[in-house]
Parts: sequence; structure tokens; C-alpha cells
Amino acid sequence: MSGRVIGRISVRDVNLCVGCQCCMFACSRRFGDAGLGRSAIHVGSAGGVERGFIVYVCRGCPDPPCMKVCPTDALVKRPHGGVILERSRCIGCGSCVEACTLRAIFWDREKNKPIICVHCGICVSHCPYGVLKIEPTMVDER
Amino acid sequence: MIDGDPLSRVLYIDLTSRDFWVEDKTELFEKYLGGSGVASNLLLQESPIGVDPLSPENPIIITVGPLCGVFPLASKAVAMFKSPLTGNLGESHAGGRSAVAIRLAGYGAIVVRGASNIPVYLSIQGERVYFRDASAIWGMGSSYTVGRVIREREPGSGLRSIMRIGRAGERLISYACVITETYRHFGRLGLGAVFGSKRLKAIMIAGDRRLKVKDPKSYREAYREIFESVTKSPSMKKYHELGTSMNVNVLNESKSLPTRNLLKTSFEGGEEISGENFAANYLGRRVACSHCPVSCIHLAALREPYTSDPYFYKTSMISYDYELIYALGSMLEVSDPRSLLRLLDEVEIQGLDAISTGVTLAWATEAQEKGLVSENEVGMRLRWGDVENYLEAIRMIVKQPNDFYKALARGVEYASTIYGGKDFALAYGGNEMPGYHTGPACHLGFITGARHSHLDSAGYSIDQRTYTSKIEQPIEETVNQLFEEESWRQILSSLVICYFARGNYTPDFIAKALTILGYNLNQEELRRLGGEILKLKNRFKFREGFKIENLRIPRRILETETPHGRLDEDKLRRGIKLYYSKILE
Repeated sequence: MSGRVIGRISVRDVNLCVGCQCCMFACSRRFGDAGLGRSAIHVGSAGGVERGFIVYVCRGCPDPPCMKVCPTDALVKRPHGGVILERSRCIGCGSCVEACTLRAIFWDREKNKPIICVHCGICVSHCPYGVLKIEPTMVDER
Repeated sequence: MIDGDPLSRVLYIDLTSRDFWVEDKTELFEKYLGGSGVASNLLLQESPIGVDPLSPENPIIITVGPLCGVFPLASKAVAMFKSPLTGNLGESHAGGRSAVAIRLAGYGAIVVRGASNIPVYLSIQGERVYFRDASAIWGMGSSYTVGRVIREREPGSGLRSIMRIGRAGERLISYACVITETYRHFGRLGLGAVFGSKRLKAIMIAGDRRLKVKDPKSYREAYREIFESVTKSPSMKKYHELGTSMNVNVLNESKSLPTRNLLKTSFEGGEEISGENFAANYLGRRVACSHCPVSCIHLAALREPYTSDPYFYKTSMISYDYELIYALGSMLEVSDPRSLLRLLDEVEIQGLDAISTGVTLAWATEAQEKGLVSENEVGMRLRWGDVENYLEAIRMIVKQPNDFYKALARGVEYASTIYGGKDFALAYGGNEMPGYHTGPACHLGFITGARHSHLDSAGYSIDQRTYTSKIEQPIEETVNQLFEEESWRQILSSLVICYFARGNYTPDFIAKALTILGYNLNQEELRRLGGEILKLKNRFKFREGFKIENLRIPRRILETETPHGRLDEDKLRRGIKLYYSKILE
């Protein structure tokens, strides 16, 4: 069988999160930038840091709500869950952001386009506490 | 610096005219990097000579640096102002999300001028500053609630900092702090009172900008290097595991833990309030500042029953650190961890600096024991270890119902001027003493440090090193080491690097990181700049009336033995003279 392994990110245990946001900085750094302008993952407090944190990240839905509302078909179904953004088709309407139940689609204000998680796992490798995990799945390419 | 880096933008906010504008200060940030370096310059410019710290003319300056938002552990914001506690240089650093929020909102510094006629809080979102009516939250009993209200009303969860004061700041307690993200503080030297004097309840700032770097490839490599270093190095283990409270047992065992207003240097109850015991029985959660994988912030979970109704409990999350345990624990001989947590919580609720509060209460207890103040004035009998009375006394300091509490609200230097007891009033340059009685170097550092803080030159580490290796080094050598350390720390605080990472951010790495941000400074130039910034800070101090001959050495520190034996006043005086000859060079 020919195929390739792709991953899907998920939150392993949010109680381990200390709110350091290293995952967010790592995600932004994929493009060689510093800061947080391009992060596809977000960590906020659950109503004050004393109550712990919430990790907002794409869980790679098998039947993604964001995809269904895109008026220009810019979001294409990704094998084994989630979506891929076809940037040239995107008109920046923001419907996908509204549609995401998990509030896991963010906005690139400079480019006026959504920031869509590609499940690359760079956030996982920068989480020192094992909050996140990446599950490898085999994609059959026959 | 890199063209277009928003670091050079200084946001000016005038509370009197309710106006704001941005000025570009590229040259200033090119030359002085950011943080302490830039803030010292702005303070000298902004603050009129001899300004009353609680007048509208006293500016609040908050700065960040180029590495912030770019590399981990460069997440400290530096505040400068004239201190209402010492009447001189006010400088305080805070973590939380403060620095990253300011940097990613697109600013290198915020300067707040003037005073509002009604209570306000500021909401800074991108290019706009909103002046919000804070009348409804002014006078609110708990600083926790203030944070909660603003959190609900303002946008930017996870990307914002809410820097606010409690009632202590409103009521101008000289050592009121500014709280950020509930558990981090601009703790020392009374920034909270300066906020209060301006009727400024809080500053909310949010940001998530993208920052450019010069060469993405070398940026990624340098990032990997420092990230590996801070997550794997043994030097970070202490902060990562037990946190700073690890020091309690270390200092107690070496007889250098100030106890009972430094009548003693070890505490029988030390083990009870040690980092080990807190971790084993109370640690409820660990949290981190933005962009810091270390997570040194330790929160204890305190479960308390309500006496009014059975089966009702509240669980409070209370932050603990070494200095707090020293000031409100061993100094007051409070050995029950639960009681100590209640004291820490009260200080947080009111928005006070924990070190100054504890040292002030310790002085008050001894002053009452010695009959310098009457039970009538104090309104109770303060006793070592008596937590209920200490809790009440903290509230009284904030309420200031009579002259005695009005005096306590101004710190031990002032209170002992009125009531006597100077010999055991533990303050340097008007700032209450931190928790080390390790030997001559720590005290020389408190006396000569620009902020009179243990963070200026960390003399305790010199003492600990020389004690372990049984060296009695000449005072000249100690002075050199303190001066070198305080100078170098100006570079760290100009780049807003957390001092906990001082071993990871080597001069070599800093020079490399700065290249990525478009600076061109070698190690030698960095060291020279550090010395220059330290001299600038001292220039402000001398301008504002600081005199070397007025530096008071509390008698108590000479009477109570250190691990290096009794301290010799002449030797300390010689050290002071030598230190300032370097500063004034």
C-alpha cells in the first residue's frame, strides 16, 4: 500500500497548560516571523488564570462546518479531517470564523484571510508540558 | 533596529486633557535598546526636577524591549516613575502578559501624564486609546473583582494585560502595587499609589501583531538554541520545580533567613512554610508569563469553610514566592502555611507590596513590644505569629484610621522617624529590606543598588558563594562584583529579559539575538552601555536629592550575626564609598 503519514492535532490534557503560549509563538514562527500575527492556535484563560486555560485549536472535523459555509469553496476537505485553504479563492468574508464551533479559526488582519491550522505539529513540539499531541494517520494515496 | 519595527513608537496618554498620540523615538531605542535604558532617559526628560511623586506631573513610564515577543523569557515590562515611598527613583518590573501585550500592540513604551478628575481606566486597542469611566469599580473591596469586571468588559482574551490597582493604590499607600494578570506585580516602590494619584484604576492593553526579523533562518536557529537552553538547563530547574520558595529551606539552614524582624536568622517554623511543604500540600496550579516555558508562578489552593453555613467552602488560588514567605512568614513568625496564605491573599486583595507590608508589620510589632506605640494607637496587641491581628492591621494600613496607621502607610523609614525605633527599621534608601541576611555583599547591594532591591546586584549570591567556599574576600572585590552585576543587569532589563534567565542569555547569545533584530553591538559595547544606563539611573537619583552620606545602615543588621559573622559597619561604609566612586566616575 502506498501512502503518507499526516497528522492531526488534539488537546491531550488542558489541565497541564500553564498559559505560556509557546505554541502560539511557534505557530507564528512557521513563516519566519516573530510575534503572534499568524498563529492558528490560541490560548486564553478560562476567566482569569486562576481557573486555568482554554486551548483553541482546530480538531480537524471529519465534516467541517467552516467548509460548508465558504461561499467560494476556498476551504477544501483535508484527508482525515480538517480543511485546506485555497488562498486564491478566498475573498476574506470571515464566514468560516463564524461557523467554527470551537472558535479555532483566526484572522490574519494584514492579509484579510483566515488562518487555518495545517496540523504540522510545530505547536506540539514547543509545548513543554504535553498539553497537545499529534496523532499520525495514514492516508491512502492509491 | 529593523526598519518599521513598532518598538520605536512611544504612546503618550494625557489623563488631564484626555488626549493621546504616538511619537517615534527610533534614535532612543537604537541607542538604549528599550526597558530600563529607554525608561531612564524618558524619566529624566518627563519628570520635572523635584516633582511631587503624587502630583499629576509625575509621569508613569512603561517600556519593553526588542527581544520581547521574539524570544522566550524576554517578557518583562519595566515601569519607571518617581517613587512615593523613597521620594526618588521608582523602578519596578512585572511579568504576566504585560510586556508581550504592549510590544504586540505595536509600542515600545507608554507614557502616562497628568491626572483625571474622575476615576478612569484605559483600554488600549491597536491605534486607539479609550478612556473608560471607572467610578463603579473605584473603592471596590477586592482587586480580584476589579480584574474580573474589566476582563468581562474588554476584548482580547489571552492577548491582553490588565494592569490594575487595589484599594491600597487608590488610598495612596506609599507601597501600593500594580497587579497584572492577578499574580504578577509591579510590586515595589509604590507605582500603585502613582496610579491612584492620577485616578487611574487600570490600563488594559491587547495586541497580536506580527514582528519582522532580519533573517528568518538565523532567527529560527537562535530561537531553537535559547528554547533548548531554557527548557533543559539545570539553572532553570529551581524556578521550574519548587519555584523561588525553594530558598526558604536553603536560607533557613544557613542561618540567613531574616526572622522576627531580624532578631533571628533561622525560624523553627521554616520547614512548615518551605517551598517543599507548599508544593507537597498546597500547590494547586502552575502558570507562566507569556512566552515563557518555565512556569515559575506557583499558586496554592486554599480551601476554607464558611463559618456562617455548614457545607459551604471557598477555594482560593493564592500565589506564593520566596520574598512573600519571608516578609509575611518568617519576619512575623507565622509558621502555619494556611494562615500565611491568608496574609498573602489579603495583600493581593488590597494591592500592596508584600515585602514592604511584611517588614512594616514586623517593625510595628517590635515597636509595640518596646512600648514605642500604645495599644490605643495600634488598636490591638500585635504579636509574633498572630495572624488574625496581622490581617486586621493590613486592612487598617489601607484604611488609615489614625496617625499611627497613616505613618505605617508610608513605610518603616517614615514611621520610625515619627515613633522612634530606627535601629530596627529595616529599610535602605527608604525601601523595605528584602529577605536575605547572607553577609556583607547582600546588604552592600541593598544600600548601593539603584532601587535598593535584592534584584539590583544580587549580593546574596556572592555571599552564598564565598560562604560555601569559606572565602572572606576583600570588600574591594565585592564592590567590583556588585558593580559588574548591576551594570550587566541594565542590559538584561533593557532587553526585558527575566533575571531568572540570566545564565541562559549569555553576552554572546544576546549579541547574536540583537543582530537578528537589526542591532549591531558587540559584547564590549553592551557592557559599556550597561554601565552607562546604571549611571543614568543614578543621575536621576542625585538630581532628586539623593545623598551618599544620608544612607542609613539599620543598626539591627550589624547586631544579628550572618553566616559570615557580624557585619563591620566601617567595612560597609568603605564599600559604599568605593561603589559610588565607580558610579560617579
